[in-house]
Amino acid sequence: MEKTTLFDKIWDSHVVRHVPAGPDVFFIDKHFIHEVTSPVAFLNLEKRGIGVKYPHRTIATPDHNVPTVDQDQTIKDKLSRMQVEKLRENCKKYGIELHDLGTAHHGIVHVIGPELGVTQPGMTIVCGDSHTSTHGAFGAIAFGIGTSEVEMVLATQCIMQSKPKKMRISVEGELGKGVTSKDIILYIISKISAAGATGYFVEYAGSAIQSLSMEARMTICNMSIEMGARGGLIAPDETTFNYLKWRQYAPKGEDWEKAVAFWKSLKTDEGAVFDKEYHFDAADIEPMITYGTNPGMGIKVKDRIPTAEGLEGSNKASFLKSLDYMGFEPGEPVKGKQVDYVFVGSCTNGRIEDIRAVAEFVKGKKKAENITAWIVPGSREVEKMAHEEGLVKILEEAGFELRQPGCSACLAMNDDKIPAGKYAVSTSNRNFEGRQGPGARTMLASPLTVAAVAVTGRITDPREVFEN
Amino acid sequence: MAYDKFTVLRDTAVPLPTENVDTDQIIPARFLKATERTGFGDNLFRDWRYDVEGNPKKDFVLNDPTYSGKILVAGKNFGSGSSREHAVWALYDYGFRCVVSSFFADIFKNNCLNIGVLPVTVSPEFADKLFAAIEADPKTEIEVNLPEQKITLLSTGEFETFDINEYKKSNMQNGFDDIDYLLNMSDEIEAFAASR
Repeated sequence: MEKTTLFDKIWDSHVVRHVPAGPDVFFIDKHFIHEVTSPVAFLNLEKRGIGVKYPHRTIATPDHNVPTVDQDQTIKDKLSRMQVEKLRENCKKYGIELHDLGTAHHGIVHVIGPELGVTQPGMTIVCGDSHTSTHGAFGAIAFGIGTSEVEMVLATQCIMQSKPKKMRISVEGELGKGVTSKDIILYIISKISAAGATGYFVEYAGSAIQSLSMEARMTICNMSIEMGARGGLIAPDETTFNYLKWRQYAPKGEDWEKAVAFWKSLKTDEGAVFDKEYHFDAADIEPMITYGTNPGMGIKVKDRIPTAEGLEGSNKASFLKSLDYMGFEPGEPVKGKQVDYVFVGSCTNGRIEDIRAVAEFVKGKKKAENITAWIVPGSREVEKMAHEEGLVKILEEAGFELRQPGCSACLAMNDDKIPAGKYAVSTSNRNFEGRQGPGARTMLASPLTVAAVAVTGRITDPREVFEN
Repeated sequence: MAYDKFTVLRDTAVPLPTENVDTDQIIPARFLKATERTGFGDNLFRDWRYDVEGNPKKDFVLNDPTYSGKILVAGKNFGSGSSREHAVWALYDYGFRCVVSSFFADIFKNNCLNIGVLPVTVSPEFADKLFAAIEADPKTEIEVNLPEQKITLLSTGEFETFDINEYKKSNMQNGFDDIDYLLNMSDEIEAFAASR
């Protein structure tokens, strides 16, 4: 029998038709929508005079654009309010399940999908958001799509896609103290670049990956897109099944047993061939931080920014432009640089484990005076747990400001913006120019590093704070 | 929705050699608040094009009247980051019908094909030739020939062929989109859905 990869198994079982000299007609099991990339899709359905084919396969929540304060009140920003109201209207009209602001399961779409147990192994999942790759942590094929494709899924439950190439990234060994899954993925991206996996779908494997919790796996899969990959996935195992069991949409009783038996078959056959493979040693990974304006521009916190040596032409110009934006010099260390803001949140690191890690770190400490510290839970569920576990109290005593769930300062569509020229160390996923507000300077790091920066007010290796 | 047909485009081009231009640069998130697909061109490359007061920045290529045309020649890894189709809407609304680069981000490329902006991938060497030719003469014309899958620098006759799958090519030439195709196979999709 032919040896196939996990990715092949899921992909091939969802192909409705292969178009000769063209893409596959690809069936989508679950579709998430939010207020920003769906309104034009619904508008076009109306123009065509067609409806939503399988409304029960779509789930909606407003997240990108929502305020993170006073969510019980009418949204003040007119355009944001119109988008959220449009989403409500469309969900009502077509019978789509909506987790609205203020309800028990409101939150960032990539946080609530797994929380509700909607995300399951073996599924195909899409959303008009590139971080849909997050759901790959459950052994699903999940990726971001454009609005035309959102419309296709609403209308037909299918999209037209050419099958990507396959890449496997293996990380073997044990992670050191103070090193998190965010450091793993920032390390990988720094090695293979922000475009190094373009055209590929990635499977993450190896003992270091298998040892991670579901939250930590989601952080890794989430940032697959930051190296250009369409998505990334991890074979499901007991950790996956334990996370899913008893979740609202997880199968129950006999169905659960059947599902687990199937999920256990979802793995890459020994000897299956990938188009590209990378191997990394967990012992080489240390706390990471980005210094530039794409997620591939990352270094160990203890290291110096690279020099422009060896770079030529537009490559060199782009590198220097990036450092100029950040206000950094080639070859200088980042450690010790003063910071203005820290942001804990987003679909990358806005889960309960992330908030626990930060709270544990800052317990009994105070944030530095020069720091404004925002902590934005990824969902209402996370927020509730943070209250119940006493984390909110710890964080507030340390000087953090807790806001309500949403994408918030990750992309600064709402009022949570970092002012121009200010430095933010952020647990989010993108350090693009202006991503956190026009002129804002973003440095990406793990929740632990962010916690250390909050306490010292400067770029800090979290392990040094542990030691003190 | 059905879009403009694309066959042969012959025009001057706008050069943007910066690498890794992400979709947050093409259209910043704060301009994604519309519920209709109109007016995005005004905010194309917003923060590179205008200062905080909204005055045009003189050194940005879109503000330089020397350069114009429906073709954008861009640096490598163009369109990385967010899946926002608004980035392509903004390019289209501004007037671009074709983007040329030595390397495109995946989702961006799909989004282009889905609304009828042709992404043309050329070799890094050919991209450099285009940049040099445009710099030497901003009025130099480029011909993008979709039926022949060929891009030509008309001043010298130098050309390259480019890849596009037959299905997408036919869609672009006829102004069809994927939904037209998918709706025509509803029975097959329904049978598939019922089996799941």
